[in-house]
Amino acid sequence: MKFVQNVKPDVTTDIVYMMCPMHLLKLEEQMKELEPGQILEIMTDYDGALEDIPDWCKKTNNEFLGIDETPDFFKFYIKKGTR
Amino acid sequence: MKKYYVDHVATNPLHPDVLKAMMPYFTEEFGNPLSVYEYGMKAKAAIESAREQVAGLVNAKPAEIIFTASGAEANNFALRGIALARQNEGKHLLVSRMEHHSVLNAARFLEKSGFTVTYLPVDKQGFVAPETVKKMITKETTLISVTHASSEVGTIEPIQEIVAIAKERNISVHTDAVATTGNIPVDMPDLGVDVMSMAAHQFYGPKGAGALVVKQGTRIVPLIYGGIQESGRRAGTENVPAIVGMGKAAELAKAELQERMAYLRPLRDKIIDAMANVERVYLTGDRNNRLPAHASFCAEYIEGEAMLLLLAAKGIFSASGSACSSKALKASPVLLSMGIPSGLAQGSIVFSLGMGNTPEDIDYIAAEFPAVIKRLREISPYSQGWGDKEEGGSCTATK
Repeated sequence: MKFVQNVKPDVTTDIVYMMCPMHLLKLEEQMKELEPGQILEIMTDYDGALEDIPDWCKKTNNEFLGIDETPDFFKFYIKKGTR
Repeated sequence: MKKYYVDHVATNPLHPDVLKAMMPYFTEEFGNPLSVYEYGMKAKAAIESAREQVAGLVNAKPAEIIFTASGAEANNFALRGIALARQNEGKHLLVSRMEHHSVLNAARFLEKSGFTVTYLPVDKQGFVAPETVKKMITKETTLISVTHASSEVGTIEPIQEIVAIAKERNISVHTDAVATTGNIPVDMPDLGVDVMSMAAHQFYGPKGAGALVVKQGTRIVPLIYGGIQESGRRAGTENVPAIVGMGKAAELAKAELQERMAYLRPLRDKIIDAMANVERVYLTGDRNNRLPAHASFCAEYIEGEAMLLLLAAKGIFSASGSACSSKALKASPVLLSMGIPSGLAQGSIVFSLGMGNTPEDIDYIAAEFPAVIKRLREISPYSQGWGDKEEGGSCTATK
């Protein structure tokens, strides 16, 4: 897992306490709103996301930048791909 | 265009007699069952009558029925309610990998709250092996949750054998009987479980009505606190029309169960036999020990959603995997747990039949399905094989 710090997201979405498959549905919904190169931050405590979000990025040609941990949840950073 | 609805695990149409029974409770009999005057007494009597009807369907005592708003609520209530009620005895749960998300995510919630959950593996037909259950029990185990039948693959689980193991060790057993109640005989004392979930819309009743059947003497922590409804175990003014509808649907299901099964089983077998002739389409779940109206398959080199869209264009309305998989580009966890490779699991399709379907409907589906498969394979990047992806074909082949 890639760990990152001080990433400046363009959009943040908070889905703490939500479970599968909300992390993927929100991700898809939010990414549609972004321009290529923009960064999405997703806050979630759902540990299944550790596998699913990087996988989703690979499948959809978006760049998974990494995660940042807080005591209560993860912050995922995804950069929208160019296609 | 004629419509062919073959997604009865998603929901069923309301039985006309059920609607008729419900109607007065939307209009003139609108009372709150807790009110002490006539309106309230009539609503209360209607609920108690429905309680008897629902209890009758599963051979439970009326007092054991707790009405909920859905099967998902009943599942959440069972997992949290029993785990919390017994937490001083232990904080370990066994949950099968075949479960609906309302069980799995409730288990996840408990894990986050300090419980330990072991997920029971299944074999290629989706059966939980009682021997595995025995091995995975610890001194801390207080609850085992295994679905009566998965709505994704239709396999009926050996609940009684699991209960026998659990009882020797004073472990409570929950079964999610949402897919089975009203569709096959479900006798709660015979199954031996302590708690069991059901949903009215799975047997021609209304949405918004479900129940958790809690064996007498079982302690359970409420999911919703408030008033004294449902003997203080589920607060909130009752959804009287829906409960009345659930009661009527239960009464009809009990009376017509054998007739419905006898009608649906040959239709199911007809569809399974027809699919056996379609190249690289495999049956998922057990061939015989499955729900009487349930036929599920995986088609190689094809994406489930694409199948659904092309079938829908021909008036055929079916399903592919769970909401999780179909809405989130993710292979179904149930199919993966059965050892079906993720590529193949993407091509999952479920035809679930109902009393509105006819043998001619099956002929139509059997005639149209191969053309859909052929067209999708022509455009599939994997039509010549998975390449560097996983190999397919580990599930039960229909041929």
